[in-house]
Amino acid sequence: MKKSVILGALTVAGLAASAAVAGTMDDVKARGKLNCGVTTGLVGFAAPDANGEWQGFDVGVCRAVAAAVLGDPKAVEFVPTTGKTRFTALASGEIDMLARNTTWTFSRDVDLKFEFTGINYYDGQGFMVPKDLGVGSAKDLDGATVCIQTGTTTELNLADFFRSNNISYEPVPIETNAEAQQQYLAGACDVYTTDASGLAATRATFEDPSAHVVLPEIVSKEPLGPLVRHGDNDWGDVVRWSLNALIAAEELGVTSANIAELSAAPTNNPEVNRLLGTEGNLGEMLGLDAEWAKRAIMAGGNYGELFEKNIGENTPIGLARGLNAQWKNGGLIYTPPFR
Amino acid sequence: MTSINDPKPESFQLSQLMNDTRYRSYTFQFIALIVLFFLVGYLYLNLVENLRTAGLDISYEFLGEPAGYDINQRLVEYNSQSSHWRASVVGVLNTLLVAFVGCILATIFGVTAGVLRLSNNWIVAKLMAVYVEIFRNVPVLIWILIINAIFLIALPQPKAFKSRGGNPPEAEMLWDSFAFTGRGIYAPKPVFETGSWVVVAVFILSIIGVFAYRRYAKFALYNHGRDLPRGWPSIAILFVPAILAYFVMGSPIGLEYPQLKGFNFKGGIWARGSFVALTFALAIYTGAFIAENVRAGILAISKGQTEAAAALGIRPGRIMSLVILPQALRVIIPPMISNFLNLTKNSSLAIAVGYMDITGTLGGITLNQTGRAIEAILLLMAFYLAISLGISAIMNVYNNSIKLKER
Repeated sequence: MKKSVILGALTVAGLAASAAVAGTMDDVKARGKLNCGVTTGLVGFAAPDANGEWQGFDVGVCRAVAAAVLGDPKAVEFVPTTGKTRFTALASGEIDMLARNTTWTFSRDVDLKFEFTGINYYDGQGFMVPKDLGVGSAKDLDGATVCIQTGTTTELNLADFFRSNNISYEPVPIETNAEAQQQYLAGACDVYTTDASGLAATRATFEDPSAHVVLPEIVSKEPLGPLVRHGDNDWGDVVRWSLNALIAAEELGVTSANIAELSAAPTNNPEVNRLLGTEGNLGEMLGLDAEWAKRAIMAGGNYGELFEKNIGENTPIGLARGLNAQWKNGGLIYTPPFR
Repeated sequence: MTSINDPKPESFQLSQLMNDTRYRSYTFQFIALIVLFFLVGYLYLNLVENLRTAGLDISYEFLGEPAGYDINQRLVEYNSQSSHWRASVVGVLNTLLVAFVGCILATIFGVTAGVLRLSNNWIVAKLMAVYVEIFRNVPVLIWILIINAIFLIALPQPKAFKSRGGNPPEAEMLWDSFAFTGRGIYAPKPVFETGSWVVVAVFILSIIGVFAYRRYAKFALYNHGRDLPRGWPSIAILFVPAILAYFVMGSPIGLEYPQLKGFNFKGGIWARGSFVALTFALAIYTGAFIAENVRAGILAISKGQTEAAAALGIRPGRIMSLVILPQALRVIIPPMISNFLNLTKNSSLAIAVGYMDITGTLGGITLNQTGRAIEAILLLMAFYLAISLGISAIMNVYNNSIKLKER
């Protein structure tokens, strides 16, 4: 009798301990490191370079958040996740945020209980084929063998596309981008499909990129952005506005070159002042200090700089800004005002 | 004088639970049971509590929703509008197919290698030893990947079968009916036309006839001492009537040959590369373990048995089939069960080569698209448990039938 009471008490105590969930921001500060989920390796978006340092467009977002919260863009623990493991990793608290080419969809937002904190890349699903296949359009792919990464919206779009065009295909599900690349190059599939940005990034790593073409059809909308767990709104705000700060910086002409000068003293543009903390108390509202956005921008430059450095036209990946240009230049990149 | 040795009536004291060997084991088992019970209870409550905090609940409603994805190898009707449940069923059947074909192949590989490893021929014995040691000591996932890569790279892709610009094609089909490609093996498919049921029925009757004949031969040997030939009559009974029926009915069974159309071969039977690679890798890996079991089983039979049988004038082939194997099987079968179970469970590595088994559909894409990880994993566990217990049950029935009959 006595024993079972003790065990019962232990059970209750254990429950109480595990049920208590602290704020993610406090956890990150206490740990001194941000756990950021990224891909297992997609050049341009997130991949370790020759020195083992993670580089890329999504990595830039992680570093900006780390710089804003912890003051050090290097204080990031990058956790490689596959299309399959990413949501479990985030939901279980293994990572604090996920920046992994993840498409913002209704069911992920609502049903999986995640919070998308913005869009850092507007993408769409495309098809890549070897040039000598002689295919000019995705509609000519009747009967083709298609390599897809599993656990993504890609396979659902693919099924929809082929069904609506009433053509057949043979899906070959693949776990990671690297494996898909190997299978595609070995000729196990005629077509490789994923987000157009991913296709460009993958093609850039081929021995002879010019032997492969990306077909003109874009069959889906893929707004990619960082996400956090549902329910911790303070942390969600930090990630959302860190990304917005990068976008606003490009819009306002704040670059890593002139940021020291602009933040030294209040300028005559009040929005720049509010962003860089020389005016107002936006940082305080967020639970951070006044210079949070300045550090976020200095981590890797503003949105445009990150884009050009990692995936822009002068890189092997060679993506044009397109939809991802600032709204003033005819794109969709737009941030709510800092006020 | 009355005896003073009357045993005192047994009085039970609480300390006996600890000190008396008769009760001690029960005490400890009871305590262990309670601890286990609380541990499981704690984990369960913890799960429920944490799910509640995260605003999630356990629900299997997702099984009825449309899956939305396609599966390449489907043994039952399935399309992207079918439910997640249907997708799971397709996965289950794919798993069972690999397990079934794999177990048969593994038994063939294993028994052959195990017997040959005991061969008196030095080279054959050593070769088999090398096979066993290489395959047993490298993880099966690596073998699956290696074998898949070999298939993928060594065999030509379908487009190599096409002639371009007047040049002869780089690869040709075997007898114009088999194509070995990196995407799988294509073979002709029998097409059953009207009247073909007669041929099939005759063939099934022939199979029964073979068994009946062998039974009769055994009866004749045991009761009348007449040794009837078994080899050629069996083959004759099996094929001659069926071939006769085939021509009498006017060749009702035709063949559909695979043909290169567009990107791939169409028609015929297609064993996908992923299926071939996975099944072959699992079979050859498990076969190495079975070979060792077979060898152990044969070695377990004392040499005196062979010598006694030889002294009675039994021929070497008969010694193996009538004296050694029936006894060796008793040693071989129990570990064989666990090898079959291992093969079945290892088939969950299928996703490494893109084969859509139950782990790939229910535990992979469905889990991902619905986010119902706990539900999907619980269902997966239940499936593997059921299938493993099923295999054990079947093999145990067989094991009982060959066990030493104690009367």
